[in-house]
Amino acid sequence: MLVLDQVGKTYASGVHALDRFSLKVAPGEIVAIVGGSGCGKSTLLRLVSGLDPATQGAVYLDDARITAPHEKIGIVFQEPRLLPWLRVADNVGFGLADRPKPERARRVADALKRVGLSDKAGVWPRELSGGQAQRVAIARALVCRPEVLLLDEPFSALDAFTRADLQDHLLSLWADFKPTLVIVTHDVDESVVLADRIVVMRPHPGRLFEEIAADLPRPRDRNSAAFDHVKRRVLAALDRSLNRQTVTDDGETRASEGAAMWW
Amino acid sequence: MSFVPMTIAAERPDAASGPEVRPQESPNRRRLINIGLGLLLPVAIALLWEAVVAIGWSDGRLVPPPSVIFQTLWELAETGELWRHTVATVARVAAGFALGVVAGTVIGAITGYSILAHRLLDPTLQALRAIPSIAWVPLFILWLGIFEESKVALIAVGVFFPVYLGVMGAILSVDRKIVEVGRVFRLSGPALVWRILLPAVTPAYVVSLRSGLGLGWMFVVAAEFMGASEGLGYLLTDGQQLGKPAQIVAAILTFAVLGKATDSMLAYASAPFLRWQDSYGDRS
Repeated sequence: MLVLDQVGKTYASGVHALDRFSLKVAPGEIVAIVGGSGCGKSTLLRLVSGLDPATQGAVYLDDARITAPHEKIGIVFQEPRLLPWLRVADNVGFGLADRPKPERARRVADALKRVGLSDKAGVWPRELSGGQAQRVAIARALVCRPEVLLLDEPFSALDAFTRADLQDHLLSLWADFKPTLVIVTHDVDESVVLADRIVVMRPHPGRLFEEIAADLPRPRDRNSAAFDHVKRRVLAALDRSLNRQTVTDDGETRASEGAAMWW
Repeated sequence: MSFVPMTIAAERPDAASGPEVRPQESPNRRRLINIGLGLLLPVAIALLWEAVVAIGWSDGRLVPPPSVIFQTLWELAETGELWRHTVATVARVAAGFALGVVAGTVIGAITGYSILAHRLLDPTLQALRAIPSIAWVPLFILWLGIFEESKVALIAVGVFFPVYLGVMGAILSVDRKIVEVGRVFRLSGPALVWRILLPAVTPAYVVSLRSGLGLGWMFVVAAEFMGASEGLGYLLTDGQQLGKPAQIVAAILTFAVLGKATDSMLAYASAPFLRWQDSYGDRS
């Protein structure tokens, strides 16, 4: 169980990026975090990953407090961040340096096969397309079998087709050993495709605004009415979080109340 | 919007398949043409000067024609003197380069990695760097004597600074995002240096080694001017004192060949470590 207990972050510059954010994520759950820019989504992920220390509250994984990068927590960044001097296979095996060579080779080959890039094992990162590079980055994180995988807008730099392709891909990888996924995105479609639960944040300082359950059967049909319904709820919550008044046609009555809270 | 290098692989032309290259031209042939183009100017000047002296427009006493220079070189080689002086000079450069590189790399890596070491050491080293290295000569002779030690020390000082600056600057400018990858995989200090920082700085390191080597060749001449009984620098001073300009030019030519050869060796030896680079200079 991943627990965020009243987590907050104020940077040395005085910027209050995140304020008392609490969330519990069950093992194997997929949580999407959406919100406008400046609402602390990336900050939140950096705190959970242990890359940055929280200035308020604490993050726990199975009761262990996270204060530094942890072996059970993997992260995929917005850019692939592959090491340009290592070939693709060595990039994927980067986190397995302490394993015996045969095991490493087997797991790397396995991971590359899972992301459909077995034929790219020997090439340099510069020879990959953007989508391929991001798949390698995902393979690099998953090959270590993390209990929690954090993804920080992992597909935002890709074109729409590649993005949809990689979302499906991510779900099939997730199904292998069902790690907890926390994915930050500004793409509402993406959040509804992937997540069991969607957390909407509001900015200045970043706070949890609303949680929306996405109880849709998988695989999800992007064109179904149920999908559209969840998507509208998320969009409405986002609008309210930014103090915009909206009229929704799906029975959302909290729009004006929510907006009034911040006016 | 982030830039996505989607088609870099597809856009990189093969060595011989660029659209502007005529198809019948092989890479080897093009290389020969390039070498020929580079040689055109010096060979033309040499032939011109040879002709000027042969015709009698100049007696070639102060600027000897190429034939005299090569004759001098040949005589020096035949008596074994050229070999003796070259070995002495190369040995000094090698020792000074090795010392300078080791010191520059270690101290550069420490000051690049540790903020405390940087604040502690860098101001002093930068101040020392501002001193023209030749100014150390009298002190080195007092401290280390007139023989090999002071010469090697001077060369080492010359090599140290470009290597130190190169390593430190390169480490300081390594992309924070790449370093974070190392942190995510929980690399300890030494592992972070070994697996992330050093590979990331290799291209800049090679450049600093090459400029260090160039300075090494420069400083060996200064070192040999300060009193040597052998070495190419000795050939220079000897040629000056005995009025033998051909010997001076012969020694200069030997320096040029040695400097270019060692630089090419260094570039060649480092090429396998830089194959991953995707840079502007790689286009053919």
